Amino acid sequence: MSGSAHQASVSATTTEPRFVRVALVTVALSFLTLFLFVPLAAVFYEALRKGIGVYLAAIADPYALAAIRLTLLSVAIAVPLNMVFGIAAAWAIAKFEFLGKSVLITLIDLPFAVSPVIAGMIYVLLFGAQGWLGPWLGAHDIKIIFAVPGIVLATVFVTVPFIARELIPLMQAQGTDEEEAALVLGASGWLTFWRITLPNIQWGLLYGVVLCTARAMGEFGAVSVVSGHIRGLTNTLPLHVEILYNEYQFAAAFACASLLTLLALVMLAFKALIERRALRQRHSALAMETSS
Amino acid sequence: MSIEIQNLHKRFGAFVALDHIDLSIPPGQLVALLGPSGCGKTTLLRIIAGLETADHGQVLFDGEDATRRHVRERGVGFVFQHYALFQHMTVFENIAFGLRVRPRAVRPPETAIRAKVNALLDLVQMGWLANRYPSQLSGGQRQRIALARALAVEPQVLLLDEPFGALDTKVRKELRRWLRRLHDELHITSVFVTHDQEEALEVADRIVVMNHGRIEQIGSPQEVYDAPATPFVYQFLGNINLFHSRVHAGWARVGGLRVQVPEYGDTEHAPAMAYVRPHDIDLLREPEDGDTTLTATISRVSQLGSLVRLELIQSPDGEIAEVEMTRERYAADPLQIGDLVFVKPRQVRVFLQDHSKVTPVPQWSGDGDGI
Amino acid sequence: MTPRFRHPSVLPGFGLTLGFTIGYLSLIVLIPLTMAFLRALDLSWDQFWQAVTAPRVLASYRLTFGAAFLAAAFNTVFGLIVAWVLVRYRFPGQRLVDALVDLPFALPTAVAGITLATLYSGNGWIGQYLKPLGIKVAFTPLGVIVALVFISLPFVVRTVQPVLEDLEAEVEEAAASLGASRWQIFRRVIFPAVRPALLTGFTLAFARAIGEYGSVIFIAGNLPMVSEITPLLIVGKLEQYDYGGAAALSVVMLIISFILLLLINLLQRWSRTQSGGEVAS
Repeated sequence: MSGSAHQASVSATTTEPRFVRVALVTVALSFLTLFLFVPLAAVFYEALRKGIGVYLAAIADPYALAAIRLTLLSVAIAVPLNMVFGIAAAWAIAKFEFLGKSVLITLIDLPFAVSPVIAGMIYVLLFGAQGWLGPWLGAHDIKIIFAVPGIVLATVFVTVPFIARELIPLMQAQGTDEEEAALVLGASGWLTFWRITLPNIQWGLLYGVVLCTARAMGEFGAVSVVSGHIRGLTNTLPLHVEILYNEYQFAAAFACASLLTLLALVMLAFKALIERRALRQRHSALAMETSS
Repeated sequence: MSIEIQNLHKRFGAFVALDHIDLSIPPGQLVALLGPSGCGKTTLLRIIAGLETADHGQVLFDGEDATRRHVRERGVGFVFQHYALFQHMTVFENIAFGLRVRPRAVRPPETAIRAKVNALLDLVQMGWLANRYPSQLSGGQRQRIALARALAVEPQVLLLDEPFGALDTKVRKELRRWLRRLHDELHITSVFVTHDQEEALEVADRIVVMNHGRIEQIGSPQEVYDAPATPFVYQFLGNINLFHSRVHAGWARVGGLRVQVPEYGDTEHAPAMAYVRPHDIDLLREPEDGDTTLTATISRVSQLGSLVRLELIQSPDGEIAEVEMTRERYAADPLQIGDLVFVKPRQVRVFLQDHSKVTPVPQWSGDGDGI
Repeated sequence: MTPRFRHPSVLPGFGLTLGFTIGYLSLIVLIPLTMAFLRALDLSWDQFWQAVTAPRVLASYRLTFGAAFLAAAFNTVFGLIVAWVLVRYRFPGQRLVDALVDLPFALPTAVAGITLATLYSGNGWIGQYLKPLGIKVAFTPLGVIVALVFISLPFVVRTVQPVLEDLEAEVEEAAASLGASRWQIFRRVIFPAVRPALLTGFTLAFARAIGEYGSVIFIAGNLPMVSEITPLLIVGKLEQYDYGGAAALSVVMLIISFILLLLINLLQRWSRTQSGGEVAS
């Protein structure tokens, strides 16, 4: 018999007959194959269908390269901003008791409940030519909508909750004992954060960063609304994919799509790697909490 | 119902949890499986219940082979260490569960279920909690509900895995007595697992001491405490003093002390260990005639409630020994730190060294709080 | 409950971090979001009502909320099975499958959109087998559902999985020792324990599916009255500089989603009290 003692003990009394198990695994795998694995394979198949030459040409296209640059830029701005926000929010929420805490947590989750299209729209309403601040911005020659700042803003909006959501439960489970001990030993608040808190949350933080990056990289709806689709200037990689697709350049569209898919797979691999460590960090915190 | 265990063997990978165990439990007895963690006691209990399957060997209920019977059909009541109450059901529904899941043909009518559950709630004195959820109960209350739930299906055998392990000392003592009284009322053959010698000594009719997947001794509480069969049992039940010794031709020599050991009449010049309980020692101011004492100096005196514990340093080799006596006895002759005393054991048990090699004696510190 | 704003604590940084959190959230999320409501107020009541109840708009509500509901329900059933299989059984490639379940989270929605549109088109890998059966997926409401199933697939799996993992084997053993059959154990012991997580997963999947845009527009065909989702209508109005109309539709969408989320939250709370978890405070 393979597997751990736990498994062995479970199999004795608390598992299903073999045919039920086989049937359930079959159903689950068929479902995942149809909705997950086949689409994944199709991306690469379609991308390489016209040959590697077409594939490379599509990626080396100046507009594609500009789109990649813009995507990376918005990720490079959105992720650090939301990281600082996540740490600050988690510190305030997890380490202190104050009125209206649950309302604040709900508000942090708000971007999850808002359609990306609406996320993009609210910035158009604010900064667009017909928007509230439009005339003023126009007079000072500042462009936000149909320009890079709008794209970055929209990306930031949709990725606000990701890191905070990972850190809040983790830091809540860890409590304040270690920080208090450091303060008693004479450490300053800042030193306590760097030497005690940050090492304790590093895996959870990294996990949140990976999720945030994946989402920032692929955001479509919100960015689409504020971008204006100006090739070479305000096209992110997902928007570039859309344009190519709508122009019936399927091979090129899928070539760029495959690039995004590869990045997504890398993120998943990272995530799987970090997950176990992050989980361990959370579990050990919870174990400490319940044993005390 | 009687339980017969024959040649039971179980391993997890390379770890032998049970090493060819034989054990028979007469009907109506309350038996404790006692041993350190990892000794196989819980595995044995789970195999009796049918929650675990043995690699080979048999479990017989009333002489009938139950080895292949599914836990569903064994008719055992099992009380889990952490109670395993159904969190989403009220106390009432928890107890009723075993009756409600019966096939329609043998399921009692609703009124009978209600009556039965209420009777059980009364038995465990928890009628007023019927509509609470497990998360609203204290540990002791959960334990009683877990027991009531197990009793609802009228088991022929009641099995309890560390039933008091998760409770604090006061509740544990209370529940211990309660379980004993309950057993005296119901007379269900019961087996419980514990690592707490005090618990086993107080509650059980018989104690099965286990170590490394084997049974070290089976006997009444008095037997296992007063006449331990092996060094392991000696150490596991109660505190002891260990003295290096040599055995030759029916005599053991411990420092300046000579003890007769007729069971080793044929042994020649063998290293041995002498075991003495701290309360089986007299301390004398003057030496006695003959080789009946050891010399030592008092190094520490502590008052432990009704007892006084003295720590001694033996001369000449400096080994430390402990002596316990009543307050009254100490008051009659209050020895002070630094006093020279002559140690006279009232009861000594000698085991040859190579015997203790067969069953290694782990050092237990602080686990047993003495009897 | 204390009347004071915050409990005293020796840890520093409360004012700084809370101030930053609220400031950031206000600038990025709250103030822009109130814009939508304020902008909708620019319209007169009649204009607002006309904007949000035009037949084409009503049809888009039906499609958006209906398809999102069906997709979430579909994922609730299959998500439970996937989570169960991943937690309870061992099969080759399991770790890989487990990691890939999150693909829809990581894959840009536009990529999902063009891929699904290609797969389910008349001559696509999957579409070619459905065509003879008379089933059209691409450019129909069915296509919308397929896209929404894809993007909301991980939610139920990922909320149910940890709950199943944390279920103590002891509880099932206890039920078995009391004579319950495997099916009875599932129905009476396991299912009630995972039900709150199942509802949470459904809620998250539903909320995500309502707002989805990128993956849907490629496969939906976007025929007015038939396969046009509300977010697309909002984009259309923005492109025509009808900011008021776009804001009005957004307000309706936001309100409906909030009401639905609230309802499901209440349902969840009810379910949790049924399962006894939250009763003890």
